[in-house]
This record gives sequence, C-alpha cells and structure tokens, in this order.
Amino acid sequence: MTDLLKEIQSQTTQQHPQLRPGDAVRVHVRIVEGNRERIQIFIGTIIRLRGGASGDASFTVRRIASHGVGVERTFLLHSPRVEKIEVTRHNKVRRAQLYYMRKLSGKAARLKEKRES
Amino acid sequence: MKGIIGRKLGMAQIFDENGQVIPVTVIQAGPCYVTQVRTEDNDGYKAVQLGFEELQPRSNGASRLNKPAQGHLKRGSLSLPDLRVLREFRVKEIDVQEGQVVKVDVFEKGERVDVVGTSKGRGFAGTIKRHNFHRQPKTHGASDRTRAPGSIGSTTTPGRVRKNMRMGGHMGSDRVTVQNLEVVLVDAEKNVLAVRGAVPGAKGGVLLIKPSRKTRAKA
Repeated sequence: MTDLLKEIQSQTTQQHPQLRPGDAVRVHVRIVEGNRERIQIFIGTIIRLRGGASGDASFTVRRIASHGVGVERTFLLHSPRVEKIEVTRHNKVRRAQLYYMRKLSGKAARLKEKRES
Repeated sequence: MKGIIGRKLGMAQIFDENGQVIPVTVIQAGPCYVTQVRTEDNDGYKAVQLGFEELQPRSNGASRLNKPAQGHLKRGSLSLPDLRVLREFRVKEIDVQEGQVVKVDVFEKGERVDVVGTSKGRGFAGTIKRHNFHRQPKTHGASDRTRAPGSIGSTTTPGRVRKNMRMGGHMGSDRVTVQNLEVVLVDAEKNVLAVRGAVPGAKGGVLLIKPSRKTRAKA
C-alpha cells in the first residue's frame, strides 16, 4: 500500500547527483518574474539533508554573502524549480547537520576537501 | 453514477505546473462493482450500492463472507466476487446496472468532491481534548486539578446538572465529511486518486468519495 504512495510522489523525481552534507554545490534555480523566466545560481555548502529518499526530501545550502552575512536557503530536492545541482567539491565532515557552521566565520568556517581514493 | 469507495493510503506532496507544492491525500479508489440498485418503486428512494475490495478465499477454499453476504452478491443472474465493503450512494438518476464496474475515471482532475471517512478514535477523552477547555493552574496551591473541568453547575437550584453540559466522554470514530476538495490526480490504471488537503481517518481507513454538494450546480 505504501509502495503506491511512494510511486505517486516519485512521479516528479528528477535525476540529481548524490548529495552529502558538506558538499559545495551550485544550485540552478528557476525564477519566474512576471512572464519572464530565468535561472539563478545559488552557490554554497550543504549543511543539512532532510527526508532521504522520500518525495518531500529537502536540503539546505549556506553561503556567505557580502559583508560576511550568512544566507541559508532550503530547496525541495524534487522541485521542478530546482533545474540542476552541481557538486563542485566534497568536504570532509563528521556530522550530518553542520549547524556549527553558523557560529564560525572567516578562516574557521573552511572545510577540508575529501579526496576519493 | 458518480461516487466511489476507497482506502486512504496517506499524504504526499506533489508539484503543480508552476513548481508549487500541493499537499495531497492519496486514495486507493475502486474498482467498485454495482451490487444493488435501489429504486423509487421498490425501496422508496433512489440509490446505488457499490462494493469494494475483492476478498481472496481462505486457504481451504471457503469464502470469507457469511452465507447471507454471499447470497447478496450471487443472486439471480448476478455473480460478483466476494467484496469486503458495501456502501450506498444516493443518486438523482440511476444510470448504471447491477454488476457494472465503477472506476476512478468517473472523476477527473480539477473537479470538486466531498470525502466521507471515519475520524481517528480517541477513546474516553477529557474536556480539554474533547471540548477545548482550558487547563487549570499547575501552581498557586493547585494539586491534581490541572485537567479537571471545573464547576458543572449551581447548587440546590436547580439541583441537577443542566442538559448538554460538556463533559468527558468518547471522542472520535465519528463519520466525518470534508466538503469541496479538489481532485489533483486521477490514475485509472493504478486505481489511485489524489485530493488536495487532508481527509478524515487513519491510513487504511475506508473513504467514500462523492461529487461535491456545494459545486454540483455549476457542473
């Protein structure tokens, strides 16, 4: 019974790369302004993945905007508004939610890159 | 004949053309058989009785239904499989015959429906849960009275508790109708229907889906 439920939800599922906490990503977001449509790119680090394989899965990206202001944006993984997700770098992290990044700034907020062996 | 019996599968999110999320309840609906037609002449009112959910016989080949129920489904020229749920739908015009199959495609996307279900049972519930009473103070000398209802009346006059005084008692397991829900998705192949918003009852509960009373005039 629950399989049918999953099937309905997965109808909107797109192919995205496997995401992990700490990944540096470029999220291509479709933005509708009036009747014009354009793509905006949100660049940052994934600090949270929620929902796993479910249809309502989401992820939060944090970036440091100008004047060192932290900006976090949560996207629905399967939203048609999320055009494309590029993973530019995997970072070495030791927890699933990187909320501690919110307290860090400058050099302390760097993450070490994880190199695939 | 517009109406179907289903089971609540659960809630999900789907996206519309604009990328907006729609919260939906997914319902396993039909296929249903017309098990009986009630006519003005015979029964004094017009209705269609639908049957839902075919039952597999027991391992020894015996039916899971009792004899009267079996006889109801196999009478005269009618020979229907064993069905678990039988429900009647009042109709204005009878446009179906006994034995006919009714599928989800009687409804279409964008249409408005009413959904009838049985709300989740809450057992014997106190006044706070059942009637939205306030809690009494936890401090200021109060002890074990936090969830008590308070006074339920006066003294010698009238010397009794007034009628309709709201008190604790059984809550839930009631027949509840949610009106005017939008049909978001119809899949006749999988026998699945999705409506916008929530629907009464637990997952796996039996639901009746009928055309909306309040928008019938427009359609």
